[in-house]
This record gives sequence, structure tokens and C-alpha cells, in this order.
Amino acid sequence: MTAELATFPKVTGFLPVQYVICLKGIVWREGLRFLHQRERFVAALVRPLVWLFIFAAGFRQVLGVSIIPPYETYVLYEVYITPGLMLLIQLFNGMQSSLSMVYDREMGNMRTLLVSPIPRWFLLSSKLVAGMAVSLPQVYTFLAIAWFWEIQAPLLGYLAVLPALILSGLMLGALGMLMSSVSKQLENFAGAMNFVIFPMFFASSALYPLWRVREASPLLYYICELNPFTHAVELVRFALYCQINWISLAVVGGCTALFMVGAILAYDPSRGFLARRGEPGGGT
Amino acid sequence: MTTAVPPAAAIEGVSHCYGTRQALNDVTFSITPSTFAVLLGLNGAGKSTLFSLITRLYAVQHGHIRVFGHDVGHASSEALRMVGVVFQQRTLDLDLSVIQNLTYHAALHGIGKYQGRARAEDVLARIALSDRANDKVRYLSGGQMRRVEIARALLHRPRLLVLDEPTVGLDIKSRADILAYVRRLVVEDGVSVLWATHLIDEVSDDDDVIVLHQARILAHGSVSRIMEAADAQEIRTAFTRLTQGADAAIEGP
Repeated sequence: MTAELATFPKVTGFLPVQYVICLKGIVWREGLRFLHQRERFVAALVRPLVWLFIFAAGFRQVLGVSIIPPYETYVLYEVYITPGLMLLIQLFNGMQSSLSMVYDREMGNMRTLLVSPIPRWFLLSSKLVAGMAVSLPQVYTFLAIAWFWEIQAPLLGYLAVLPALILSGLMLGALGMLMSSVSKQLENFAGAMNFVIFPMFFASSALYPLWRVREASPLLYYICELNPFTHAVELVRFALYCQINWISLAVVGGCTALFMVGAILAYDPSRGFLARRGEPGGGT
Repeated sequence: MTTAVPPAAAIEGVSHCYGTRQALNDVTFSITPSTFAVLLGLNGAGKSTLFSLITRLYAVQHGHIRVFGHDVGHASSEALRMVGVVFQQRTLDLDLSVIQNLTYHAALHGIGKYQGRARAEDVLARIALSDRANDKVRYLSGGQMRRVEIARALLHRPRLLVLDEPTVGLDIKSRADILAYVRRLVVEDGVSVLWATHLIDEVSDDDDVIVLHQARILAHGSVSRIMEAADAQEIRTAFTRLTQGADAAIEGP
């Protein structure tokens, strides 16, 4: 064993306030980046609005929705798919933040983050919080537009849905981060988006109630039941009507924890894919 | 026995593989505090891998890396807060302003808004870019971006500054300016510097030189010692002799 030399100077650990500063800094940067990418905001809004204005209007006659909780009356199809579309915004946002992480990693911005002396789990969690935070104004803007389309939830529901959106945003962001750690190249990741976003969205309760799916295909029903996206949609759907869907809450909470731990491990230099897969970009 | 100040960086028996390819092979050297050390090697020698290990982007597979006595693996926070790093690739956010990039970095080190801003203004003044503080990084020249990156690396007042090919792609004047600025940091502020390059003309007679070639250290010492070892009159010839000799040894008779 080699003799330990004196360490110099002796400064250890960080104060809680320094963690807060770091978190604020990361959220602030993500917010600034979002403001600079106006087309991203427009795209994030146009996507669900197309579904709402065109798809839902067209399918209103075809797909009747019976009275199912949390709804107390028959609801229009537009009303039914609104929570799914809110989650679609978050799903894209989560994937987009991760895409920016892949991009960052290749372009080097991610390195700036990862060489910070603050513990890496905290940096990555902050990055997740930041990604989730920028999804919230997008979802609320969508809800505001939907309001004028006469898709109106109880006023208190708009407040009650916030914690649900925070949790679902974290879950989808963590999923994206986990994926970004496995994907080495941008192209692979773009492909993975198609293999994740669309199956997750379609094999869920976002567009049609699960009892209808069950009538059509029991297998698909079970797949939808196992899909965490279904539970995120249901969590938000119930919260919007000031109710709690406990099963969905448990699933979304559990998946958030699982994906976050997975992503943090994946970005851990000694365990993660980063060390096994990657060579430093631009020379060795 | 008195407690000696530990080396600014101590690399001990470090080896690293990407799959089957060996990027570093039993690399050992140390950097004396407040010196300018040049890590000299051709592209692909393993310089960037070594930088990724010092900054803990990758975990050390074999051996130890210590920064002022702090092990990068076990005491990474203590080690990393003493290191300022300039990567070979540009790592500034092009859409943010210069000052925003700097305060973001300050936040990543737990330095609050006002202190971060004050320090940012201070370092910008030192690199003569105060007037560009509010400009988007996108509108800076290559040399200016590099200076901002160096300023950023100094923001948290590290004692070891590591720079990976910082002058690549810059014109002669920017190169000379940056080199002179970093050398001044060593003399005036006592910062220790590890400067990786493949450009031999960046080596000065007083520097500590580490020759890295094909994952191994071929020579380490003062410029005169390396010239002596290679029986050469100038460092360029010494470098060529050392690397060609190593290539010949690998290829075999």
C-alpha cells in the first residue's frame, strides 16, 4: 500500500444551500434553453392540438365513451383523450430532454455537468427535475387552449393535477434518461424514440378506455395494463377531477424510482454504460 | 518527517481499456505543484482518455489518480473541486450568453448567483472579454470561445488546470495568446497546469514534459533531460526518435 500523502486543502462535502444553488442553476439553464427553442414549444403544442382538433373531432361519433370513473356523466371523446394528450406532451418532452443529453454528451455539454464536484446522482436528479419543470408550462398552455375548446375540468382539478404531472414528468424523464445512457449515437436514439413513444402511447388508455381494448383483444389489454404510461395517464385523469387513483399512483411512483435508479447507475462512471460503451469523442 | 505538499496530480499505474483496445498502459507520472506540465503525444496516444479519467468521466479501471492527495475514485468531490478542465471539444452553450455560461458553471460548483456573477466578471476582465459578457457565445470567434472556456475552468478557483489540446483549430495569434495566458497563471497564481498537445512548438524549455505514445509513457522529465535521453539537440528530434523507437520496438525485428 502506498503511503497517504497529506491532502490539501481539507474541504469536504457541500452545504445544503450549495445543493439548492446547483439545482436552481440546472433548472434555470434548461428553462433558458427551452426559451431559445421556440419551435420546440410550438411543436410540443401543435402535436396534441392536432390530435384534439382533428383526430378527436373525427372520431367523436365512432368512439363513444360510457360512464367510467372519474367521469360522472357521458363525456365527449375530446374530454376523454385530453389527459392522454397532456401525457403525450410530457412523453415527448422527456424524450427530447434525453435527446439533448445524447446530443450534449456527444457535443460535450454533458461533460461540463458531469465533472461538477457535486455528487453525480444529484446532478442527474436535478437534470430530471429541470426537464420535468419545462414540461409543466407546456401542459398548462395546452389545457388553457383546450379550455376554449370547451374541455373544462373542475377549477380545483387544475391545481390537483400539478403533483400528478410532476410525478409523471419525472417518470417519463427518467425513462428517457435511462434510454439516453444506453444509446451511443443520436441516430440510434431517434430510432428508439419511434420504438418507445408510439408503442407506449398507443398501447395505453390514452386514446381508448381499457374496457374497450379488452373487448377487442385480451392480450393487448394486459399489455396496456402493464404499460406505465397507462398508469401515468390514469393518475393525471383522476387528479384532473380531484380524485386519486391509488394503483396508478403506486405504479407511477414505483416506476419513477426504478427508472431514476437505473439512469443514475447507467451514468455512474464505474458501473455504467458510459464507461463500457463510450470512448471520449474527438480523439483519444 | 514533515508533511509534504502532495503532487498536483499523481497518476499511478493507470491502465484503461475500451473493450479489447488498450488506451492507456501502466501510466505513471506526477505533476509538481505550480508547474506547467506538457502531455505530449500524437492523436490517439491516449491523452483524452487520461483526461476523462482525471475528471472522473470514466472510472479508473487499474491504478490510482490523486489530485492534491485526493483519490479521484474515492474522494471524487474533493478531487474534482480542485480541478478546472478545458476539453478538446467546445463545451459552451452556444445559445446562452457568455455570462450565463459562466454563472451556470458557478452554480454547478455550488457558487451562488451574486458571487458567481462577481467571479465571472472578474475572470472575464482577466481575459479581456468584459465587453462581450452579454453576447451569445455563438457570436464569438474560436479563440474567444477558448478563452471563455479557460475563464470558466478557473471560476471555482481550482489549483490544477487540465487542458486537452486547447489550441487546436485556432490561428497563430490566438494560440500564442492562450498559451501565454495559461503560463502566466502558473507564475502569478501558482496554478498547476497539465497541457495536452501534439504541437511540439508549444513546449518551452522550462516545462515538465511527459511523452505519451500508444498508451505508454515513453519519457518524463525536463526538456533538457528528455533531449539528453534521446540524444537529441532539440525537443522535436527527441520526440521523433522516442516515438519511432517505440514503434520499431512494437513492430519487432
